[in-house]
Amino acid sequence: MTTATKDQLTERVISALVEFGEEPENVKPDSRFEDLDIDSLDLVELAQVIEDEYGVEIQDKDMDQIATVQDVVEFVSARQS
Amino acid sequence: MRRVAITGIGAVTPLGVGAPALHERWAAGESGIEDGLGRCSDFDPTDHLTRRQVRRTDRFTHLALAAAAEAISGAGLDEAPYDRAEIGCVMGTGIGGLSTIESEHINLRENGQGKVSPHCVPQMMANSAAGALAIQHELRGQCFGTVSACAAGAHAVGTAARMVSYGDAVAVVAGGAESAITPLAMAAFAEMGATSPSGISRPFDRRRDGFVMGEGAGVLVLEDAETAELRGAPILGYLTGYGATADAHHMTAPEPSGEGAARAIRKALADAEIEPGAVAYVNAHGTSTPLNDRSETEALKTALGEQATRIPTSSTKSAIGHLLGAAGAVEAIATLQALRAKQAPPTVNYEEPDEGLDLDYVPGEAKALPLNGHPAIGISNSFGFGGHNAVLCIEAAS
Repeated sequence: MTTATKDQLTERVISALVEFGEEPENVKPDSRFEDLDIDSLDLVELAQVIEDEYGVEIQDKDMDQIATVQDVVEFVSARQS
Repeated sequence: MRRVAITGIGAVTPLGVGAPALHERWAAGESGIEDGLGRCSDFDPTDHLTRRQVRRTDRFTHLALAAAAEAISGAGLDEAPYDRAEIGCVMGTGIGGLSTIESEHINLRENGQGKVSPHCVPQMMANSAAGALAIQHELRGQCFGTVSACAAGAHAVGTAARMVSYGDAVAVVAGGAESAITPLAMAAFAEMGATSPSGISRPFDRRRDGFVMGEGAGVLVLEDAETAELRGAPILGYLTGYGATADAHHMTAPEPSGEGAARAIRKALADAEIEPGAVAYVNAHGTSTPLNDRSETEALKTALGEQATRIPTSSTKSAIGHLLGAAGAVEAIATLQALRAKQAPPTVNYEEPDEGLDLDYVPGEAKALPLNGHPAIGISNSFGFGGHNAVLCIEAAS
C-alpha cells in the first residue's frame, strides 16, 4: 500500500469517477455525488477501489458523511497508515 | 379487443446492426455465422450507448438497448402523444446476463466476496433488459421479462400483444435479447449434444447435427392500431394471433409427434381468426437439431393439414444461428419483413432432404410468396427447452 498525498488521492478519485462514466470536465474536487450521475452502487465500487489501492475501508455507515470528492479524500487521508 | 399494429422494428443480429441488414442479407442467402458461431461482430456498444451504460449493463442489455432505439425511433414512439404510464415493456431472454455471472463468479473465487462488483446483480438479472429499456425510454406501464428459453422472445411479443389488445397499454416495446456465447454456455450446450459439432446451421437438411449458438436482440413496437393511425405512425403490419402451449413431456426433447407445437399453431390461427389456407409463409423454429426439425415438421403437418406442403417454410437460424431467448423476437421481425417483401428468404445450407421432412423449406434462394392477391399472412414458431411452444401470427400492412 502506498501513502498518497491529498492531490494524488483527489486525482485517483476523479479518475475512478470518470472510469464509471462521468465526463472529465464535470468532476471537480468539490463536486457533490448527488449532482453527478453517481449513485450508491458507484460509491460501493469507489470504496472497493480505495480499499484495494490504499488499504482504507469505507463502510456503509461512513457513507453518511461523504458527499463530495473532497470528503472521500479527507476521509482516506486521515486514515492512511 | 383492439387490433395490434406493429409500428417499429429493430434488430442487432449476426447479419449486422439494424433490421434492414437482417432481411436484405438473409433474403440474399447470406449467413452471419463465422467459425461456427453467430456473433454480432459488427456491433460496438459504444456506438449506441453512453460509456456509463456500457459499463453498467451486460452485453445482452447492450444489444437490447440498440435494437430498441432503432424500433422506437422508427415508430416515432418518443414523440407520440401518449401518457408514458400507458406504454409497457416486455423483454424475453433465455438466461440473462450470463457473461456477467461467469466473470463475477471467477472474480469471487479469485478475489473474495469484497471484490464482487456492486453492479453484478443489476447486470445479471434476466429482467434487466426490460428495466433498462423502461429507464432509457421512460416506459412507465407494465414492465417485466419473460423467461422460457428459446421461446422467450415469442412469449414476450405475444404477451405484449395481449396487453395492447386488452387495453392495458396503448403501446408496448417488446422483444428479446441474448448474449450467451460464453465458455460455460458453450460447454454446457455442447456436452448435452445440442450444438452442432460441424458448426454448420442447416435446418431440415439430412446432415443437420445441432444448432449454432448466436447472439443478438430484436425489438418491436406494438401499438393500438386505432391510436397509431390517429397519430400517423408508420404501420408496418399487425400482430393478429398468438398461441402458446406446453409439451409437458421432457425438459429438453420435443414431444416427437409435435402435438404441443401443433396446438400452439392452431391457437394462433384461431386467435387470428384464419384457416390454414390463409397462411402464405411459415418462419420455422428450425434449429438444425435432429429432433426439433422432425417434430416441427410433424407439428406443421398436423396443424396446417394438406396446406402444409404448399406453404414456403424457412428458418432464420440457417443464416444467424440460434439466438435463444432473442430468437422469437428477431424471427417475428424477419417474418414481418418477409411478408412485406412478399418473399420467403431461403433456408441457407439446405441441400439434402431427410426422410419424412418433406415441406417446402425454400432451398437455394428466396421465393415469391403464394399470395394470389390475398393479404400477406405468416406464422413464426418458437419452441423452448422446458417444453414451451409459442406461435405468433403476423400480417403485413397492405
